[in-house]
Amino acid sequence: EEAEKRANMPAVSKGDGMRGLAVFISDIRNCKSKEAEIKRINKELANIRSKFKGDKALDGYSKKKYVCKLLFIFLLGHDIDFGHMEAVNLLSSNKYTEKQIGYLFISVLVNSNSELIRLINNAIKNDLSSRNPTFMCLALHCIANVGSREMAEAFAGEIPRILVAGDTMDSVKQSAALCLLRLYKTSPDLVLMGEWTSRVVHLLNDQHMGVVTAAISLITCLSQKNPDEFKTCVSLAVSRLSRIVSSASTDLQDYTYYFVPAPWLSCKLLRLLQCYPPPEDGAVKGRLVECLETILNKAQEPPKSKKVQHSNAKNAILFEAISLIIHYDSEPNLLVRACNQLGQFLQHRETNLRYLALESMCTLASSEFSHEAVKTHIETVINALKTERDVSVRQRAADLLYAMCDRSNAKQIVAEMLSYLETADYSIREEMVLKVAILAEKYAVDYSWYVDTILNLIRIAGDYVSEEVWYRVIQIVINRDDVQGYAAKTVFEALQAPACHENMVKVGGYILGEFGNLIAGDPRSSPLVQFNLLHSKFHLCSVPTRALLLSAYIKFINLFPETKSTIQEVLRSDSQIRNSDVELQQRAVEYLKLSSIASTDVLATVLEEMPPFPERESSILAKLKKKKGPGAVSVNELEEGKREGGELNGGGERGGDSSSTPSPSADLLGLRAGPPVTAAAPSAGSLLVDVFSEAVKQPSPTAFLRLFVCKNNGVLFENQLLQIGIKSEYRQNLGRMYLFYGNKTSVQFVTFTTTVTCPGELQSHILHIHTWNSLEPLIEGGAQVQQVINIECLTDFSDAPLLNIKFRYGGALQNLTLKLPVTINKFFQPTEMASHDFFQRWKQLSLPQQEAQKIFKANHAMDTEVLKAKLLGLGMALLENVDPNPENFVCAGVIQTKAQQVGSLLRLEPNAQAQMYRLTVRSSKDTVSKRLCELLAEQF
Amino acid sequence: MIGGLFIYNHKGEVLISRVYRDDIGRNAVDAFRVNVIHARQQVRSPVTNIARTSFFHVKRSNIWLAAVTKQNVNAAMVFEFLYKMCDVMTAYFGKISEENIKNNFVLIYELLDEILDFGYPQNSETGALKTFITQQGIKGQPQTKEEQSQITSQVTGQIGWRREGIKYRRNELFLDVLESVNLLMSPQGQVLSAHVSGRVVMKSYLSGMPECKFGMNDKIVIDKQGKGGTTDEPGKSELGGSGKQSIAIDDCTFHQCVRLSKFDSERSISFIPPDGEYELMRYRTTKDIILPFRVIPLVREVGRTKLEVKVVIKSNFKPSLLAQKIEVRIPTPLNTSGVQVICMKGKAKYKASENAIVWKIKRMAGMKESQISAEIELLPTNDKKKWARPPISMNFEVPFAPSGLKVRYLKVFESKLNYSDHDVIKWVRYIGRSGIYETRC
Repeated sequence: EEAEKRANMPAVSKGDGMRGLAVFISDIRNCKSKEAEIKRINKELANIRSKFKGDKALDGYSKKKYVCKLLFIFLLGHDIDFGHMEAVNLLSSNKYTEKQIGYLFISVLVNSNSELIRLINNAIKNDLSSRNPTFMCLALHCIANVGSREMAEAFAGEIPRILVAGDTMDSVKQSAALCLLRLYKTSPDLVLMGEWTSRVVHLLNDQHMGVVTAAISLITCLSQKNPDEFKTCVSLAVSRLSRIVSSASTDLQDYTYYFVPAPWLSCKLLRLLQCYPPPEDGAVKGRLVECLETILNKAQEPPKSKKVQHSNAKNAILFEAISLIIHYDSEPNLLVRACNQLGQFLQHRETNLRYLALESMCTLASSEFSHEAVKTHIETVINALKTERDVSVRQRAADLLYAMCDRSNAKQIVAEMLSYLETADYSIREEMVLKVAILAEKYAVDYSWYVDTILNLIRIAGDYVSEEVWYRVIQIVINRDDVQGYAAKTVFEALQAPACHENMVKVGGYILGEFGNLIAGDPRSSPLVQFNLLHSKFHLCSVPTRALLLSAYIKFINLFPETKSTIQEVLRSDSQIRNSDVELQQRAVEYLKLSSIASTDVLATVLEEMPPFPERESSILAKLKKKKGPGAVSVNELEEGKREGGELNGGGERGGDSSSTPSPSADLLGLRAGPPVTAAAPSAGSLLVDVFSEAVKQPSPTAFLRLFVCKNNGVLFENQLLQIGIKSEYRQNLGRMYLFYGNKTSVQFVTFTTTVTCPGELQSHILHIHTWNSLEPLIEGGAQVQQVINIECLTDFSDAPLLNIKFRYGGALQNLTLKLPVTINKFFQPTEMASHDFFQRWKQLSLPQQEAQKIFKANHAMDTEVLKAKLLGLGMALLENVDPNPENFVCAGVIQTKAQQVGSLLRLEPNAQAQMYRLTVRSSKDTVSKRLCELLAEQF
Repeated sequence: MIGGLFIYNHKGEVLISRVYRDDIGRNAVDAFRVNVIHARQQVRSPVTNIARTSFFHVKRSNIWLAAVTKQNVNAAMVFEFLYKMCDVMTAYFGKISEENIKNNFVLIYELLDEILDFGYPQNSETGALKTFITQQGIKGQPQTKEEQSQITSQVTGQIGWRREGIKYRRNELFLDVLESVNLLMSPQGQVLSAHVSGRVVMKSYLSGMPECKFGMNDKIVIDKQGKGGTTDEPGKSELGGSGKQSIAIDDCTFHQCVRLSKFDSERSISFIPPDGEYELMRYRTTKDIILPFRVIPLVREVGRTKLEVKVVIKSNFKPSLLAQKIEVRIPTPLNTSGVQVICMKGKAKYKASENAIVWKIKRMAGMKESQISAEIELLPTNDKKKWARPPISMNFEVPFAPSGLKVRYLKVFESKLNYSDHDVIKWVRYIGRSGIYETRC
């Protein structure tokens, strides 16, 4: 916008050269040291101060000059604390250059000094209402550059009017559209939708391309928030697009960029269309498809220019069009064509194009129409993975391989990814490992292949194999008895390597401990050989692995009684039984006793084979999702979920619940929680089965809020670990809330902290929250603790405060955020009144904004008693015999806030036949009516 | 040890670059320029660590001297070396400026080769260096073989700072006691901190290899003598004046010629002096300091737009002595828009570039008083910050030692040549200057 300002600046007249400024700047440039520069600046500042202080009034030119100097000094990094007044004076000048400098200073150095803001706003208002387009533009640019809340408050109403007024100049319209966009982005609540919205949509038809380009940015942003109000823009956008696409490159003169007609506008139009589903109107849709086809056709044409700008512009439109095609996902023909086009780009010499092609193809692969087409490029993609020089491109190639994988090519892809893993960049190894693990699991037909793959994975990139991966392989081996023997054999072979990764030892220890008997027949892998092999790795491992190996040893005693004495010897050795690590020592002692005291029957029961794990969403998948952030893979996953639904695991719970966290205690045997013996005991089964993919399901924080509108007590939240109960009481504008935190597990929660925050505005003046008796940081297993929160309502509010809970359970950090059920209706005082009074007040509150009405379908059965109870729970007085229709309910109450009292009247009209309600709320404050109406509409 | 030494001008252009060790690459030169010279930070640490390389720098006017190393060296040693390097350069070609460095670059490289060897500091005594590094301007007669061999034995010998066979017709000796007095005083006249750092600088023109002994009114020595009951030596009081009997020296350092073992055991300062000018010792005292001036500030804020300042200075020493080059610097608020000054003595001026009123008086006798009053107009600003009122600072020069140090004697013995202590002409001078001499207002 600065550049635009300068471009708009009329030719500099003689007096405007500002020699003094030029001299000052060149002085500064010539300074030999920082100290000299500071001296020069101090001198200049003193000079300006004396000039501003002087009794003589300064003329506009000198004012401008000094303000310019101040601005320059500020931009050099010095504080400027005066001159604002002079700058504001410049705003009212009639000369463009003076006004411009004034605005420039204001936009760079504005501070929320109330007095000045009023003056500035006044000057801006004057300029906005002047008929001079340059002045209007300057004012609009200033509003946009400052973009503060104060500005939005002052002008959010005015700018839409300028934007849609018939007599506004084109250049002003452009600025107004962009200015409004900026205000909407900073304070969306202040830009109210109104009748102007429909007229904004029609700006898409404007003659002036600049106006269309500016307006479309605004419309795209607005329609993302209010898609319904801007629905009409789709057909307009399509017709505009078709006009541009079909125009010859010479038609649009100024808006043709290197032979491409209006590329920016085209991209924005395509992006706007991506906010909406495919148009339902056949004609519109036909026209759009035609456009997209033309764009794809144009990509095939030979370039009109060798300049890079030409191909960039062309490709920008093409990629945007492809995103739209993918977004619609309904035109097989287009999807395949897009895929072929991208295939050509895969071999382009421009790295950026290859990157973009891989990225777009990734999304194309998830569409059922183009999946096959994408698969044809597998060789190219594999090649890219191997030869690309840029790691980000390789990453995309890996993503695409993952996305295009299905049963037919899984083996090839997994093999390629495995071989790539050996040379892969460190930054993407962990993700690659997860992907390989998932693909191997998902498309495994033959479980021996799966086991081979995962063991290979651990061999190649053991450091990057997270716990989830090897948990998963064990989980699967235990659940599939057909693969157990093979697994034991392979693991045994893998362990024979002189150096193997610790993760391999873990898998080996676990599997041999469970299924070592399956290969014990072979003299080459006799029990003692197995044990010696495992024990040879023992000393090189970390404590958790050693603990696991000890458990494997005790299982060996059960499986092969002939190894008992050897193993007991090992357990009895000082390095075990007197180990400095408590866990290892305890295991050694207990296993030793167990093996020597318990009879074989008891031993066999205690050390029975692990029971199968219940099927759930793969914990690896959850991990990958978490790594990439929600949304990044979810499209893919859901898509695959549909197609491949439960191929391997018989359709467990799979879904979009991407906020699940990995298991709180990742100890495989669940041993950290209790003594090792109980781990294998059936009673601990419930604890065990959950360790793999137990996830604390986080409800959306608002879910529970709805339940508490009409009641004050109840359970706010509950999961496997924690229950939060709530009890609250309200009087006048004060409230007190008791929160009860119950630990449902048998393990203590440590570092338990809760914080109550009021997000955004709520904090500053609406709701005052004060907690007492801060909690102890420890909650013992099964115990309950209480917290009290005092609430004061200052003025009416609509949002709810947030309660954040953090604690550690078995080492894993749990983090919950809930909304506290504090709603405006809690501060109701019931008011009894007669029929006459009621209708009189009802009429008094007849301004249109004081009323809020909603018609909605009943969610629950329409039982009169239940309705009555709910309305009473709301806190208002339920008035009998007031409404002429006995079916209807009327209520009255006063909301008590510290600032004011808001009287409210309510009328609920049920319609039993249609199963609908009409709810009308009138109150002396419009925000209250609206909020009450919203709250109540969800209740019935 | 020092890996390299660079000299830059104010723009960061390299004037001198000498690398002593291979671990310092070419890019070290740029690293310092980019990270230190071109970084516009206000407060700079003299030691900067960039990519495991340490840069130690000092700045002389617009010239940057930076020593670079990759090892964990003694930082004090490096700085001592840098200061010495500055002294040597000043002794050779005067002021350290870009112009002078460019004109003498051959000389500087030659000096650097001599005083640093593989990064280890060598003999950096100017007197000694001048005997064998003789660029133009330094006496240019070609040296005889004999003289050259003498240089070798001197530089490598036990007394590296003095060559043998020096002869003067008149044996003369100049001794300057230079002190700088630092003070921070509260508006009410309470001393918050005060100390004196002093130097004894000597210029000797003595024949042969004389042995000198220097005595001053060090408290420890005087007390010991008092206890021992010995009477004053005859020569003692001829150099010393009246006033305090003895002073407590907090710490001191000596020129390498002083025999430290003797100082440690007997606390006597004896040495064979170098020829020409050198600094015999440095010391610091904190007790019983004579404050030459007292500053009494009076600041009154008249509304938001006006400030009245009145400052009185009183000289506090013998009326017969004259202080010189007196300068009082009164800071003004940052939003000063105009200043009117009236002073009885000297000249006062508002210097906008330094945000201060500078009051200069050429001469002022002891036990006198003078005052300045100023009216400062202020521009109302949006800033709610209150003016921090920085202290009023002062500069001056007085002809006595504010620490109270007195030279009791300086005896010269030369056994081989036939002149005695009485034949040496000795000159003693005391100069007290202001260091950071501030009074809060």
